[in-house]
Amino acid sequence: MPELSTAADDQFYREYILDHFKNPRNYGRLESPDISHEEDNPLCGDVVGMDFRVKDGVIEDIRFHGRGCAISQASASLLTERLKGLPLEQAKKISKDDVLGELGIEISPARIKCALLSLKVLKVGAYGLADEDGE
Amino acid sequence: MAIRTLDVAAIRKDFPIFETGIAYLDSANTSQRPKQVTGAMMEYFETYNSNIHRAAYRIAEEATVHYEAAREKVRAFINAASTKEIVYTRGTTEAINLVAYSWGRKHIKSGDLIVLTILEHHSNIVPWQILAAEKGAHIEYVDIDEKGELRQDQFADLLRRGPKLVAFNLVSNAMGTINPAREMVAAAKKAGATVLVDGAQSTPHQPVDVRALGCDFYAFSGHKMLGPTGAGILYGRRELLEAMDPFMAGGDMIRTVRIEGTTYHDLPWKFEAGTQAIAEVIGLGAAVDYLSGLGMDAVRAHELEITEYAYEAMSEVDGLTVYGPPPSRRAGVISFSLDGIHPHDLATIADRDQVCLRAGHHCAMPLMTRLGLAATARASIYVYTLKSDVDRLVSSITEAQRIFA
Repeated sequence: MPELSTAADDQFYREYILDHFKNPRNYGRLESPDISHEEDNPLCGDVVGMDFRVKDGVIEDIRFHGRGCAISQASASLLTERLKGLPLEQAKKISKDDVLGELGIEISPARIKCALLSLKVLKVGAYGLADEDGE
Repeated sequence: MAIRTLDVAAIRKDFPIFETGIAYLDSANTSQRPKQVTGAMMEYFETYNSNIHRAAYRIAEEATVHYEAAREKVRAFINAASTKEIVYTRGTTEAINLVAYSWGRKHIKSGDLIVLTILEHHSNIVPWQILAAEKGAHIEYVDIDEKGELRQDQFADLLRRGPKLVAFNLVSNAMGTINPAREMVAAAKKAGATVLVDGAQSTPHQPVDVRALGCDFYAFSGHKMLGPTGAGILYGRRELLEAMDPFMAGGDMIRTVRIEGTTYHDLPWKFEAGTQAIAEVIGLGAAVDYLSGLGMDAVRAHELEITEYAYEAMSEVDGLTVYGPPPSRRAGVISFSLDGIHPHDLATIADRDQVCLRAGHHCAMPLMTRLGLAATARASIYVYTLKSDVDRLVSSITEAQRIFA
């Protein structure tokens, strides 16, 4: 788990996260993506989907779409920034702690699923492509 | 007769948890418990802890007496005819499952109709779905109108199709709608149906008289009415319970076991298998005493006052939508949404102000789907709720709107 200060907690929903929620990066859809995958959390109705364009094993372009709470949507936005230009094999290695660390705020156990929904989209999506390639 | 009013300041002294400074607005989920309840449980643990209905020594006798005394308290509280009609369960969910299993498997046949409503909690849907799938029966759901109230015209149409079972909640946990239960039960009985009323949200908040209600089964939980978790009640009319097979087998529900077969205990113990939640039942008895002392008319009057106050305060907030009927026809439950702010984000912001608010689908996904929502925020009210708790909620809402502006 990332180290967290009280100051970081006070910034919860302010600036960083809210900025990604209100101005999501890489938001939208890709035309004819190589990977497209969507996951939801029926408990709170959060939805995150991602479209990937992969060339020579590298995530050349990425878009996400979805709806839900600030944590789920900001987390998805942040993840797309990290993924763009990253080799797929490295993308597969991104961990829960990586994602939570990037959010940089204290996530209560009740909100962990919101924070990690986009990672689930990546994992299921990326491994799905591997299967199609017969790897 | 004049209705007593609640002395909320005095009541709150019985609930040590309020010393933490929380504004607790989630009593429809689970209530807080007064010292009288935890004290009664602690007294059992510390002075007469033992098993019931078995041992011959003094403290076991005492445990049995307290366990059965709670049954009489519950009987009087809901005005059942006999303690034989009061079955202890773990809660509403288990009570409904008991009926679905022990009554449903015997009486529901292929092609039968079961009528539920779109307002139901999952616990009053899923047991019937499982039963219907097993038996080849089918389920119809009574819809709501734009005010969040059940469509009685559609209910009447469904009754004309001769349902075998009708099951509905007296009060909706997700919207607070108070259903016209007495009229609905009468109509369903006239149509020849067996009727189960889910009383999880009504029993804690208003006077209940199962005989006046006229239903066959009535289920509720102790933990929403100041009692502990793990103890709830199934009321069933005696002749129906007598004719039903046991739900679970073993322990307390047995009279004799021989290699050739077993005979079961009399009502209500036929349905109480295994070692029971003795402390919890004693706690439930203490909760009933506490509520009876307040008077359920006074409880309802207090909740109506707070609900009206909250309804008005929240109606004044821009971008806030309240779901369901006006306060006079709703229990102390206010389900709402804010434009542009997810209920979970609101709940997290409220939590930082020590305001405890529920966010989610409230175990009523069919209703949420019907409303076109994934989730709502929900504030719910009880005997200890202050107007200042509502004020704190409104501040949290304003703060959330400021942050998300």
